[in-house]
Amino acid sequence: MRAKGVFSRTVLVLGLVFLYVPILSMIVYSFNNSRLVTVWDGAHSPTLKWYGVLLSDGEVLDAAWLSVRVALCAATVSTILGTLAGTALARLGPFRGRSLLIGMTTAPIVMPEVISGLSLLLLFVALEQAIGWPRGMGALTITLAHISFCMAYVTVVIQSRLAGFDESLEEAAQDLGARPAKVFWRITLPLILPAVLAGWLLAFTLSWDDLVISQFVAGPGSSTLPMVIFSKVRLGVSPDVNALATLMVSVVASGVVVATVWMRHRQKRRERDMQLAAAANL
Amino acid sequence: MNAQPSMSPEPAPPYVRLEAVSKKFGEFPAVDGVSLEIRRGEIFCLLGGSGSGKTTLLRMLAGFETPSAGRVYIDGEDMSAVPPYERPVNMMFQSYALFPHMTVERNVAFGLEQERLGRQEVRRRVGEILEIVQMSPYAARKPHQLSGGQRQRVALARALAKRPKLLLLDEPLAALDRKLRERTQFELLNIQERLGVTFIVVTHDQEEAMTLATRMGVMDRGRIVQVGTPTEIYESPVNRFVADFIGSVNLLEGRVAAVGAQDLTVHCEPCGCTIRAARRVECAPGETVWAAIRPEKIVLASDPSSGELGHNRLRGKVREVAYMGDVSICLVEIESGKTVRVTLPNRSGLAAHRELRHAAVTLSWDAGSPMILTK
Amino acid sequence: MPSSEAPLRPPSEPRAKTALFARGALGRAGPRIQRFIRARQLIAGIPSLWLALFFLIPFLIVLEISFSEPRLAIPPYAPLIAWLHGWPVPHIHLSSYAELFTDPLYLRSYLYSIMVAAVSTLICLGLGYPMAYAIARAGEAWRTFLLMLIILPFWTSFLLRVYAWIGLLQNDGLINDVLLRLGLVHHPVTLLQTDFSLYIGIVYSYLPFMILPLYANLEKHDPALLEAAADLGARPLTAFLRVTLPQSLPGIAAGSLLVFIPAVGEYVIPTLLGRTDQIMIGRILSDEFFDNRNWPVASGVAILILLLLVVPIVLLQRVERRQLDAQPVEEAGA
Repeated sequence: MRAKGVFSRTVLVLGLVFLYVPILSMIVYSFNNSRLVTVWDGAHSPTLKWYGVLLSDGEVLDAAWLSVRVALCAATVSTILGTLAGTALARLGPFRGRSLLIGMTTAPIVMPEVISGLSLLLLFVALEQAIGWPRGMGALTITLAHISFCMAYVTVVIQSRLAGFDESLEEAAQDLGARPAKVFWRITLPLILPAVLAGWLLAFTLSWDDLVISQFVAGPGSSTLPMVIFSKVRLGVSPDVNALATLMVSVVASGVVVATVWMRHRQKRRERDMQLAAAANL
Repeated sequence: MNAQPSMSPEPAPPYVRLEAVSKKFGEFPAVDGVSLEIRRGEIFCLLGGSGSGKTTLLRMLAGFETPSAGRVYIDGEDMSAVPPYERPVNMMFQSYALFPHMTVERNVAFGLEQERLGRQEVRRRVGEILEIVQMSPYAARKPHQLSGGQRQRVALARALAKRPKLLLLDEPLAALDRKLRERTQFELLNIQERLGVTFIVVTHDQEEAMTLATRMGVMDRGRIVQVGTPTEIYESPVNRFVADFIGSVNLLEGRVAAVGAQDLTVHCEPCGCTIRAARRVECAPGETVWAAIRPEKIVLASDPSSGELGHNRLRGKVREVAYMGDVSICLVEIESGKTVRVTLPNRSGLAAHRELRHAAVTLSWDAGSPMILTK
Repeated sequence: MPSSEAPLRPPSEPRAKTALFARGALGRAGPRIQRFIRARQLIAGIPSLWLALFFLIPFLIVLEISFSEPRLAIPPYAPLIAWLHGWPVPHIHLSSYAELFTDPLYLRSYLYSIMVAAVSTLICLGLGYPMAYAIARAGEAWRTFLLMLIILPFWTSFLLRVYAWIGLLQNDGLINDVLLRLGLVHHPVTLLQTDFSLYIGIVYSYLPFMILPLYANLEKHDPALLEAAADLGARPLTAFLRVTLPQSLPGIAAGSLLVFIPAVGEYVIPTLLGRTDQIMIGRILSDEFFDNRNWPVASGVAILILLLLVVPIVLLQRVERRQLDAQPVEEAGA
């Protein structure tokens, strides 16, 4: 056991190094005055030059704005749809079309994005031919596409949370006179809210980050942030992208840290309360 | 506080009636053709081991399961297909199922809110019931801030808040430690009498059933084996399963030798003894029966009288003595090799019974003690 | 709701009762269905409808177009069903499939993609299993922190992280710089646009997808089992192989499939980091579609990828369903 412990721990450390070196290198070089990654321009660095370039680049800002709007909308709608689907799968027992729904909500998670993107674009083209809507590709088609694949992730999160949920609580509520809809609103939903929020965040991130599907269903006038970044980096390293990466990592890192700290704080408080109650022991 | 026949068995229609109720899960019959009547105001205990079907039966009363066959009548109405939120029945769950995101007060108020009562009225009734279970000072706490016993009271208060006519309790004392259990048993009895609610309790604990029940039903593999008062079940079990399930019992197999007007003679060949029981049981000479004798009803004498034994006596040797504090349990090996269990009160302390080890003894009992079972 | 005074509501009408007894065998579903057959249809129906429209139908369209012929038109393919004197005449062309099967380019690309995905999966497994194991055995406080570290890259942009490797791997990049300075090499080593960089990119991006299911599985293992094994005389390695490894198979299966399936059709990583002489099938699809404007062939490529992946996808769903069913009930509110 001892030997195994050392081995796995070493691999863990190496693995974490592997995961973080690229991120850290981007952060460091975003402050490098020189364009070249290998040349640290000590004389002029660290500098915020590239941040300036980034934030004054209209294309990037427009794309970021589009991505935010699409992500907000896609996250919200897919969370609602995903919660419905997750609830249906976890609570409604067997129903006609259940296997189909299961398949449709788990396949998008692993489906290669090129296939999803292609199929959605072909759908939009066919729809436009048939009923004249949607008119051309743009923010709307991107949003619709994102909702469709984000929904699958939210479904899995909600379904998994509900499966582990103590059903006797819902039964108790029914026993006390609440109809199923009310049980869901007053008992189930408040208790799975963290999972719903997690699902929303997950959907937001997936939409915000998405490149391939967006490339297929975006139109000439609409580019999302990942699309803009992609066209820049195909040509090689671009320091303003480093700056962007640093900004994004900082935001995400602070968010994750805050969330984790807050959750642990709540957990500690709960444990303390329970210990106090047991000690008082009436 | 076993309210015995103050409710005499007479024409008042039963409050709950189960008519040949069955429940199958796939092929497996969890409940098999149960018919039962429960009267208003009584405490009825369903006693059985795990897998006996008692919990499934309770859930059918609550409305969480629908019977595969048969009907459930509550207060004269067929409730077989009525969902739980429309039944005048409330349930106290084994895990308490308190809503973790609500305070004690909101938990208890939940059921009342479903009845669309005014806010003042709700508050008043919540205060009332919390007072009864003595949890008023904790109204603002959340469940995770309460100990096990406190949570149980809140669960009880929540179930009683709506003043249901029928309260179902699923293993109410299982999660409590021994001291708390005793106290809570008496509190439950008090509350039941005070509020006049009909209780149906499901439990696997015989002590709990014997203490709480005015009547009980023993269940085995989906069927009700016997229904009666605790005394009836203990002193007049209907078969070997019930005799063995409640408390401990010695079963001596034998053949009916003679059937008299008021008594019965049974020859136990394997044990080499004759049992004369002062009981009337439907049986014929030559039939195989079992004499069930409770351990506390056997008298142990340490003088091995030689010669003819006569009836209701056995000779043996003490194998083991187990000291339990208030009683000692003696395992006596009789001539046939069978072990008979005898319970002796520890009137004079440990030393007296220690001497009995390996001693030759005579066991005897009076004619009223053996219960003759034909199945 | 009936209190002690109010009269009881009469039981349900015949139709609901029939529905109820017809479903009697479903057990606990019974009472709920009775009143809410309609609501239930909505809850399952709305997402099903959406997915049918935006997931199922698109696949049918892809299938349809794979059987049509490319044309210089908008859209650039011939309609599948032409109307001749009011009668539908199907125009099914197998030309795209013919091309896919005859031109060795496609076959090579498929095989290459499968190989890359498989090798990447193995590397992820080899790297991810010990990591997940170490996290699962770590103390309470460490565990949360370590999981946070693993998940954090997942929340930052996938594209940017892949891009970061360009900076590290290019000829004037960080790694070559270090190698040159240490004197290990005298000329910059070509690291970019090789199989090596491709594997690094894929493993890097998909590692969390391997670690998390493995961790979820390993975390549930009862440490008492290992103690029992040790007590019975098993050495640590034996205990691991005979007790831990078999129990972790579902986690291994889930993690491997979560890496393999999407990796087969990867587009971004091969484009940024991969070889230029041998491309993966995802890139082929994209090129056929955008560059060659050959929608039928692109669709054909998609269909063939799907046929390849159907079995792994179904396997994954089976593994996940078993995991979901075996999940223990949590403390409420936890």
